[in-house]
Amino acid sequence: MANMAQAIRMALHYGEKNLGVTDVFGEDVGAPLGGVFTATQGLETAWNSPLDERGIISAAIGLGLAGDRCVAEIQFADYIFNTIDLLKIAGNTLWASNGQYNVPIVVMTPVGAGIRGSIYHSHSFDAWATRLPGWKVVLPSTPLDAYGLMISAIQDPNPVLFLKPKALMRVRGDELIPGEPADEKELKAMIDAPIGDRSKWKPRWPELSEFAIPIGKGKLVREGTDITVVSYGRTMPLCVKAAEKMGAQGVSVELIDLRSLYPYDWTMIRESVQKTGRVLFVNEDTEVTNFGEHLAYRVTQELFYELMARPKVLAGKNLPGIGLHPHLEEASVPHLEDIEHAMAEVLAEVP
Amino acid sequence: MAGRTSSSRGMSKTDRATVRKAKVLSGASMKRGARVKAGARDRGLTLLPKAKLLEIMDLMVKSRVLEERLIKVYKTGDAFFWIGGPGEEAFGVSLGMHVDKGHGPAHDFLHLHYRCTPTLIAMGMPMIDSLRLIMNRATDPSTGGRNFANHYCFPKWNVVPVSSPIEVQYGMAVGTGLAQRRRRLAGEKSGVSIITGGDAGTAEGDFASCLIWSSRPGAELPMYITVQNNKWGISTSFDAQHGEKHIADRGKAFGIRTSVVNGNDPVEAYLAIEQDLAYIRKTGRPVLTEFMVSRLYGHSSASGANREAGEDCVETFEKRLVDARMIPATHVKELWQKYDDESRAAAEQVRSEPVPTPESVWEHVYVGSENGDWRKF
Ligand SMILES: Cc1ncc(C[n+]2csc(CCOP(=O)(O)OP(=O)(O)O)c2C)c(N)n1
Ligand SMILES: [Mg+2]
Repeated sequence: MANMAQAIRMALHYGEKNLGVTDVFGEDVGAPLGGVFTATQGLETAWNSPLDERGIISAAIGLGLAGDRCVAEIQFADYIFNTIDLLKIAGNTLWASNGQYNVPIVVMTPVGAGIRGSIYHSHSFDAWATRLPGWKVVLPSTPLDAYGLMISAIQDPNPVLFLKPKALMRVRGDELIPGEPADEKELKAMIDAPIGDRSKWKPRWPELSEFAIPIGKGKLVREGTDITVVSYGRTMPLCVKAAEKMGAQGVSVELIDLRSLYPYDWTMIRESVQKTGRVLFVNEDTEVTNFGEHLAYRVTQELFYELMARPKVLAGKNLPGIGLHPHLEEASVPHLEDIEHAMAEVLAEVP
Repeated sequence: MAGRTSSSRGMSKTDRATVRKAKVLSGASMKRGARVKAGARDRGLTLLPKAKLLEIMDLMVKSRVLEERLIKVYKTGDAFFWIGGPGEEAFGVSLGMHVDKGHGPAHDFLHLHYRCTPTLIAMGMPMIDSLRLIMNRATDPSTGGRNFANHYCFPKWNVVPVSSPIEVQYGMAVGTGLAQRRRRLAGEKSGVSIITGGDAGTAEGDFASCLIWSSRPGAELPMYITVQNNKWGISTSFDAQHGEKHIADRGKAFGIRTSVVNGNDPVEAYLAIEQDLAYIRKTGRPVLTEFMVSRLYGHSSASGANREAGEDCVETFEKRLVDARMIPATHVKELWQKYDDESRAAAEQVRSEPVPTPESVWEHVYVGSENGDWRKF
C-alpha cells in the first residue's frame, strides 16, 4: 500500500497527465530532491523555486489568473505565515472582481506536530486556513483520501489549500489507490527515487485512474451510538485507537473524519450528533479561536435541545510553540490518553 | 530630471544602440523641461508624428478631466473615497497606447496600481465605467460596487484586479509571466506582463521577489516592471527612506535592463515604453524602468484631494503643442469642455443606476456562486 507521500505524488502525476497541471513548484520540489517529504519526486512539471514563500504564492496566483493550473508548495506550514495577505487575495479575487477572475490554484503544505519538529516544524494551520474565505480547505488522514482529495483540489476552479499531516506522510494506508500495484515493494521500485545519483532516474508510473473524493464530504470511519468524535489529519488515527479501546470497554463510538474543513460536511455531523447526543471535536491546532470551536458553537446553536452533554473541543494548548523534548510536545498537543480522557468526560456527563 | 540611464550588461549590439538612442532623446526632453519660447524649435515634438502627439494630448486631457470629475463626485458626497492618477497622464497614456490588448497569455497582462486611469483611458475604457466604480454601483463592470475608485478589473484586456495591498502585483505578475514564457517557448503568440506601482512600495519584499523571479538564469520572464516615482508614500518622502540613487538601479544587480525616464514628458515616456516593450517582445527578458512623475492632488481623498504643487504634465504638453502651433489654443479649450460635458453627463447617469443588493454579498465567494455560507452547508 502506498504511503501518503506516494499517494500525493501519484495524484500529482495523474494531474499533470490528465488534468492540465502545468506547474508543481516550491522550495526543493523539483529534482533532485522532489520535496522534503518526497511527495513531488519524478514529476515532469515539478521545479525548484527561489526560497521565497511570498514569491511562491504570488506566482501561483498569477498562473491561476493566466488560466494555467499549478500546485504550489510551502515547504512547512510554519513558513506560510508571511504570505497570509496573499492568501487573502487569492481567496477574495473572485469576489472582488464580482465573479470575473477565479484563481484555480492548489497550495499544499505540511502541517502539525509528531515528528519532533520543535518550534518551527510543528505549526498547525487549520484554524488559520478556515479564516480565509474563498478558499476550500482539506486535510486528509489516509493515503487514499489524500489521492482523491488532491484530484478534486486540482479540478476545483477555486483556490484549494491542501494541508498535509506531516507525521502521517510515511504511514501506509489499508486501501489500494485505483491502479496501484498491490505489492508495496513493487510500487517503491517504480516511483521512489533511488538513493544517490538520480540524474538518469525516471519513474515508471502505474496506470492510475481518476478517483476523486468530493471536497466537503466527510467519512464515517466507525459507526456508533454513544458519542460522536469528529477529527481530521494527524489526530484522526489517534481517535481511531481511542475508539477501539473504548469499544473494548463497551462504549460505542461514532467516528467522523471530516477531511474537508471548508466547506465541511455538516449533514454528517448533525445526523451523528442527533443520534448520539454527545460530541467531541479533536484537532491539534491551538485551542483559542480553534476550528473545533466553530463546530461546537454550531452544534450548540442548532442541536442544543438534542444534546446529552456539552460539546467539547480537545485541541493543542494555547502556547507559542511546541518544544523539542517529547515531554514538551506531549504536553502541548492531544495524545491518545487525552482523547480517551476527553471522551470519558463527555460520556460521564448527565443532562 | 535624471536622464535615461541603462545597464548594458548582457545586451546585444542593437540593444546598446537602443540605449544610446534613448539617451539622445532624454537630452532633448531635458531641454524641453525649461520653458519653450514661442516659435523656438521644440525638438521633442519632431520625434513623433503630429497625429500621434495630438492623440496623446487628447487622451491626457480626457484622463485628467475624468480624474477631476471623480474628485468632484467625491467632494459632493456621491462617493466614499477617491484615489487616482492626476499627474501620471504622460506616462500612463503612453503605456496604454502600447498595450497588446486582449484576453489570455497571448496578449499583455496588466498588473496595475490605483493611479492607472490614464492607461485605461488610453486603452479605451469609457469614462462612465470609472464613475460606476467610484460610485459603487451594481453596474460597475470592474467590481460591481465592491471596491474603491480606480481599482479596475477588465478580463477582456487582461487587466487583473487592482487590489489595495501595496506591491503584491509585482509578485503576481511573475505568474502571468511564467504562463507567457511557456507559450513563447512553445512558439505560440505571447504577451508581456506589465506592472505599475509607486516608489514607496518598492521597499516591500514583493519588489525584490519580482526582480529575482523575473531574472532566474535561463528562465527570464517577459515582464515590464515599471515604477512611478512621485517621491512620496502618503506623507513620507522618498528621500528620507531610500538610500539608493534610483530605484531602477536595483535591477542592475540582476542583469535586468534598467532606465530612469522623465515621466512628465509624454514624448520621452512614449518612446521609452516603445523601446522597452520592443526589447521584451524580442528577447523575452525583463525590463525595469522608473518614471519620475507628479502627484497633483495629494495621496487620496483622505488627504483632501486638493491641488498641490508639482509639474503638471498635461499643462506643459498642451503649452508645447500650442507654442509649436500644432493645435490652436481654442481647440484645446474645446477639448476640455467636450470631456467635461461627457464626464458630467456620465456622473449624472450613474447617479440613477442601480446599487448592489444586500443579498448579493454571497455571490462569487466560489465559482458559479457555489454556496460559501456555512449556515447552508
Ligand atoms: C501593504 C500595504 N501597506 C500599507 C498600505 C497603506 N498605503 C496605501 S498607499 C500607501 C503609500 C504608497 O506609496 P507609493 O508606493 O509611493 O505609491 P503612491 O501612492 O505614491 O502612488 C500606503 C502606505 C497599503 N495599502 N498596503
Ligand atoms: Mg509614491
